[in-house]
Amino acid sequence: MSGKTTNQKAWWLVLPVLLFVAFNAIIPLMTVVNYSVQETFGNNRFFFEGVKWFEEILNSSRFHEALQRQLMFTATILAIEIPLGVLIALSMPRKGPWVSVCLVLMAMPLLIPWNVVGAMWNILALPDIGLLGHTLNAMGFDYNYTRQPNSAWFTLVAMDVWHWTSLVVLLAYAGLSAIPDAYYQAAKIDGASQWAIFRYIQLPKMKRVLMIAVLLRFMDSFMIYTEAVVLTGGGPGNATTLLSIDLVKIALGQFDLGPGAAMSLIYFLIILLLSWVFYTVMTKDEEQ
Amino acid sequence: MKRLQWLIPFVYIVFLLLPIYWLLNMSFKTTNEILGSFTLWPSNFTLENYRKIFTDATWYTGYLNSLTYVLINTVLSVTVALPAAYAFSRYRFLGDKHLFFWLLTNRMAPAAVFALPFFQLYSAIGLFDTHIAVALAHTLFNIPLAVWILEGFMSGVPRELDETAFVDGYSFGRFFTHIFIPTIVAGIGVAAFFCFMFSWVELLLAKTLTAVNAKPIAATMTRTASTSGYELGLLSAAGVLTIVPGAFVIYFVRNYIAKGFALGRV
Repeated sequence: MSGKTTNQKAWWLVLPVLLFVAFNAIIPLMTVVNYSVQETFGNNRFFFEGVKWFEEILNSSRFHEALQRQLMFTATILAIEIPLGVLIALSMPRKGPWVSVCLVLMAMPLLIPWNVVGAMWNILALPDIGLLGHTLNAMGFDYNYTRQPNSAWFTLVAMDVWHWTSLVVLLAYAGLSAIPDAYYQAAKIDGASQWAIFRYIQLPKMKRVLMIAVLLRFMDSFMIYTEAVVLTGGGPGNATTLLSIDLVKIALGQFDLGPGAAMSLIYFLIILLLSWVFYTVMTKDEEQ
Repeated sequence: MKRLQWLIPFVYIVFLLLPIYWLLNMSFKTTNEILGSFTLWPSNFTLENYRKIFTDATWYTGYLNSLTYVLINTVLSVTVALPAAYAFSRYRFLGDKHLFFWLLTNRMAPAAVFALPFFQLYSAIGLFDTHIAVALAHTLFNIPLAVWILEGFMSGVPRELDETAFVDGYSFGRFFTHIFIPTIVAGIGVAAFFCFMFSWVELLLAKTLTAVNAKPIAATMTRTASTSGYELGLLSAAGVLTIVPGAFVIYFVRNYIAKGFALGRV
């Protein structure tokens, strides 16, 4: 952040962004705050309820269960995607024509509309006619994601790994390509082992991008909605009802404005806290 | 060990391509074949599903609607983000860090939180079911994203460039459009690509804000999936066609993808 000049007129350059984002962020957020403290019986008549909805949500087992499922989902996909992504990035070619081919193919899943990702896995996992479902059942597994919670979870995690591991790969690969060849030559002269090269040269260079990868995956997996809804609809039962699915069920499905709004705010505060951690880590790194 | 290293990315890419292959496979099958048996490739190869999409207005207008709001959004987001990113990368001003953080929180806002208030807001101002509504709504996460990516690229340009230009008598506007923008054209391309992509893949808000006139292809797909029985072949063909624009544009930014995902900070 050094070398910048102080210039209050810079506000004029930022103003258009401010107007657009404020229109989209502040007005809707105020609507949510407004609903979160009121009760409605229809006909646009509202009654002030104070923090009743917040207490209700925070004490409801439904919210706790959704939050637990959410945390479990996020922990699982992080535990798989981060190491897998690093492993793939490490074994990718450094130069040559194959680099572009790999990068373009790997980025494919990231560009597919989220509902199509869900639909694609839905079709792939159909127990009788889908490639995955048919193969698993032929191998003797009892697999049916519309009936068994375990199958549904497996499919959901597999879909997310398929969808987002490439993000980790791309980030880790970008970190790796920033390492000068001289480092590897020095390590070779010293007779360093593969592990030592990874531990003392590659990992420190990747630290920053990996931090970004972990936090992006953490937050995006907290917001997952469309893919999961199209794939399992939160079922069977409530087995894969994650936070955002539950929220949409309450707010748009049952039209319970008050509880929906209160839950939105709690949800948003969790994300805000995470964003703050993210920002602090990143800017601290930049200042060093 | 070293010689077999290529196996890891190879297996991974096969894993990535399998579901896409299955979608392609399904899209060339007849409904009878799909429901009748399990086959690894279409035995009655048909283009009927694609023909239906290209001739039925409810289908192909879905694509046009999606492309329309995505393009409006991309142009809008990048245009507005350019001066702001410049301000963040070059100047210190009152509340700059707080503002930057606030922008970031909007990138992290779950669409589910905003669905209902957006519906009411855009209905109230009479924009419901227009392309503009979706384009504007998507600026919520795309403007912050564009600002972040562009700021990353701009910070890589030495400040001496600006100073020399100002000494040479360039006005700010002329410097910005004639010198600075051509310098960071790669960054602009990447930012535009990411705005395009995130607007293209988002469904929840797009679906909430539209009914008939601006209905995105994704909404047409979900409706078909739930109402007209089980037209998996048609659904697959529609899915395949949504992958095409992404696959097409990705080629142009292949060398910058990673930098973009790192928000310009690699």
